[in-house]
Amino acid sequence: MNNRIVIEPGRTEKNYWKDLWRYRELFYILSWRDVKVKYKQTVLGVLWAILRPLLTMIVFTFVFGRVAKMDTNSSVPYSIIVFAGLLPWQFFSNALTESSNSLIGNTNLITKVYFPRLIIPASSVITSFIDFFISFAILLLLFLVYGYMPPAEIFMMPLFWILAFFASFGPGLYLTALNVKYRDFRYIIPFIVQFGLFISPVGYSSSQIPEKWQWAYSLNPMVGVIDGFRWCIVKDAPNPLMHYPFYISLAVTILMVWLAIYQFRKMEKNFADLI
Amino acid sequence: MSDSIIKVEGLGKKYIISHEGQERYTALRDVISRNTKGIFKRNVASVSSKEEFWALKDIRFEVKQGEAVGIIGHNGAGKSTLLKILSRITEPSTGRLEINGRVASLLEVGTGFHPELTGRENIFLNGAILGMTRTEIRKKFDEIVDFSGVEKFLDTPVKRFSSGMYVRLAFAVAAHLEPEILVVDEVLAVGDAEFQKKCLGKMNAVSKEEGRTVIFVSHNMAAIRELTSKCVLLKKGQVVKFDSTTEVVNHYMTAYSEDYSKLYYEIGHQNIVKLGHLLNEVSIKSAEITDRPNNQITTGEDVHFKLVINGNEDKDFEKMVIGGRIMTIDETPVGAFFSSPFVSVKKNGQVEAKFYCKNIRLAPGKYYFTFWLGEGDYRVYGRDFCSVDRVCYIEVIADNKGGVAPKWYNHSWGSVIFDNCESN
Repeated sequence: MNNRIVIEPGRTEKNYWKDLWRYRELFYILSWRDVKVKYKQTVLGVLWAILRPLLTMIVFTFVFGRVAKMDTNSSVPYSIIVFAGLLPWQFFSNALTESSNSLIGNTNLITKVYFPRLIIPASSVITSFIDFFISFAILLLLFLVYGYMPPAEIFMMPLFWILAFFASFGPGLYLTALNVKYRDFRYIIPFIVQFGLFISPVGYSSSQIPEKWQWAYSLNPMVGVIDGFRWCIVKDAPNPLMHYPFYISLAVTILMVWLAIYQFRKMEKNFADLI
Repeated sequence: MSDSIIKVEGLGKKYIISHEGQERYTALRDVISRNTKGIFKRNVASVSSKEEFWALKDIRFEVKQGEAVGIIGHNGAGKSTLLKILSRITEPSTGRLEINGRVASLLEVGTGFHPELTGRENIFLNGAILGMTRTEIRKKFDEIVDFSGVEKFLDTPVKRFSSGMYVRLAFAVAAHLEPEILVVDEVLAVGDAEFQKKCLGKMNAVSKEEGRTVIFVSHNMAAIRELTSKCVLLKKGQVVKFDSTTEVVNHYMTAYSEDYSKLYYEIGHQNIVKLGHLLNEVSIKSAEITDRPNNQITTGEDVHFKLVINGNEDKDFEKMVIGGRIMTIDETPVGAFFSSPFVSVKKNGQVEAKFYCKNIRLAPGKYYFTFWLGEGDYRVYGRDFCSVDRVCYIEVIADNKGGVAPKWYNHSWGSVIFDNCESN
């Protein structure tokens, strides 16, 4: 009998991470369920994942590129520059929205069975990845349309995918835990998503921020992610790894993930009573 | 080394009940406003009263490998809380619990079933939620489908299933779990008789043949007797008795003596039925038997009742129907009756509803009633307002004037006496 479990008040789980690994099947199946359910009974189905970023990109290109004449004198089509920023941003906003509501959406599971609660928000972030990869395919299509050859840095992309995952997972996890106790947080999320779009370099480039404010600007973890995406996709974009603001973003991301996990673990045992 | 598989030592669970509002969750704005109020009104006693409530207190028992243990007790005795702690859904406030093995809990059949997914998909989903791996499920897939008997509808979304099919599929998945410890809560209350029998048989096999440990909570004493060898009796969050099932069940059934010596029942926390569909717009304050000074009737007599009903602050209610259900003392339903729509209660008002139940053709034995209030026609569709359980205990005694046999074998003859048949 190697499965000896001792339950005591306030006892921190010794096998927390091992347990999480044991439940990886559930993690996989919950992600699969979310994806499956998302596109069931929708007429356009997966097409939604294509339409949303595509339409946003067209609006952005039109508003910023044509109307506001923000077109940079880069050789790269503005649409691709925007799309490179939009891609991680949409992922972030989806993941944040989904994961912060994930625990409440799964009340019946939380009050009826035991499993490491971390699985729920994590699997909802993974679900957003599906949409993300579909959008990514559009990007490749755009390359073809514009006859654009991306730089070799594009092979660095997976690195920034991982970064994007953590940048959304941290805040999402924190918010979902708080959302269980204080339902106000669900009103904050649309606000973060809306506001965040303007303080992230989606419609413009982060080099347009004055040098002396770069550090404060980079406190937004998505700045590092989006700069990274741009570097991989846009030919003449600066390498963020060579500039200090990227590391501020990175540090903020790590701090947030750590803080979120800490907070989550502290609250998770009472979720069933609170929810 | 002791061979106990579950060891519970001094377990307790405390809930804080706040009497402030009806909200189910805290909103940050309330916390902020409460705290700001606090700054300005230091000396004023806090308006919100908080009460500690011990759902469980100092629970101790031990379960050995391969034993089937029942947990019984009234509503609100702490059974569900205990199960939740055993299955690690919630954390205890005090004490210690040691478990040696994998626990699978079945607090509800079909946990996590998704209505949009098909039967096949839900088998995998539900299996994973209950702790099975995909390979395990695949291996048992045919067995599960076979047991459930819904193979024809495997590729239909479960939202189109009848509730019976739904439950059968759900139980089939659960029945094929292979944990060392299986925790089951009243899942047998659903499904038709044949399926219930199948479930009981399966659970019996799990504990007796496969040597697994089963913890079983039920109100159904017959099922408890059949399945378990030992029982824990809980009352108000404490263990009253932990002994062999026969002993504990007998103790449980005779423990109602106090209820048989009173006619007036003030409705308390333990009587109120909590079910999702109850609207709780009106409430029942008390129930009373008005014409039987000693709680006894003879077969074929009438019983008169009086319910005191409280209205609410918003509106008047008219033409409400009272429903009643007769239960035997071991919690088997015997029959039900409905009144005409005669009850009306004014806004903020209170009303006494007097009615009587005619010609009670019950066999000698001990019974009690459940009442509920609703509106509309129960045969078609009605709205249920509230329900109270375990009130108005009566003892039916044999009619010595002849007709009915003085000795009635309840356990094999049932609880209803029909009229003598005539030759034709």
